[in-house]
Amino acid sequence: MILAASRLIPPSEHVHWWFATGFLILALCLAARAVVGPEVWDRRPWRRYLWPGVLFLMGLLLFPVMVFYTNSTIHMVAHGSWAESMTLAGAAALGLASGKLHNPLWRLTLPFGLFVSGLAVLAHEQQSWLYSRAAFGHHMLGWLGIGGALIALAVALRPRSLVAGLCFAVLLVSISTVLYADRDTAPIFGHLSPEAGIPHR
Amino acid sequence: MQISTDYAESAVTTRRDRRATFVRWLGPACALAGFAWALAQPYRITLLHPHGQGLWWLLSEPPLFVVIVGLAFHWIVAPGVLEDLEAVERERSER
Repeated sequence: MILAASRLIPPSEHVHWWFATGFLILALCLAARAVVGPEVWDRRPWRRYLWPGVLFLMGLLLFPVMVFYTNSTIHMVAHGSWAESMTLAGAAALGLASGKLHNPLWRLTLPFGLFVSGLAVLAHEQQSWLYSRAAFGHHMLGWLGIGGALIALAVALRPRSLVAGLCFAVLLVSISTVLYADRDTAPIFGHLSPEAGIPHR
Repeated sequence: MQISTDYAESAVTTRRDRRATFVRWLGPACALAGFAWALAQPYRITLLHPHGQGLWWLLSEPPLFVVIVGLAFHWIVAPGVLEDLEAVERERSER
């Protein structure tokens, strides 16, 4: 029964790749929005809700990740805090897009979410950087999240800034690239811990 | 006076053209990156060697995901953005 259930659950690297695709969608939308400006991008309602909707959905989808990929308490706490902060950022962006939220301070949920996500990713990676590619990717993602929170803060404070908007899109592409590169037992820089398992491409 | 007006109009047109070019090429650039990735690491596409692969490995094709996202943006999102960019610039020039 347990074996059958575990076959239904996708390998963890696949989940990383799906979330990488979500980050890539966000990156394209936010790059285009930064270049054409909010007055053009927000002209059609469906487009106004597109990136906040994707962010909110990604936050919601992190809850099943929290449930099904819990192999330690720290994993559950990390995935849970990540899911909550990402859902909050998406919900706040949706509220601002619909006009139901007016206070611009709600924009700060985005840098907050990124900072909490970075901390969570760093906290739940218990191996050293070069243990495997997945360990390296998690360390890198964590620091990208913490450093990237500053860019998200710039976007929150200067929502019409072209430079801040494009930098944020580049940050999302970087996160997406690291997530796509993740494979659990693949080596990093020619090194793989013998305890990590049999390497695969 | 006519020369300065022409110059201002031409500057606005150039800026709009640059933005339109960026939006027009964003999706194809993304799709091209996915295609280049597929060529560089064909083993990441399990559909090319499906024997012995499980369901999840056949469903998850990262380079194809990148191509699909790029093409979807180009075909679904970009046309409307370009139309609205044109419309907003036209409204501004009429004011």
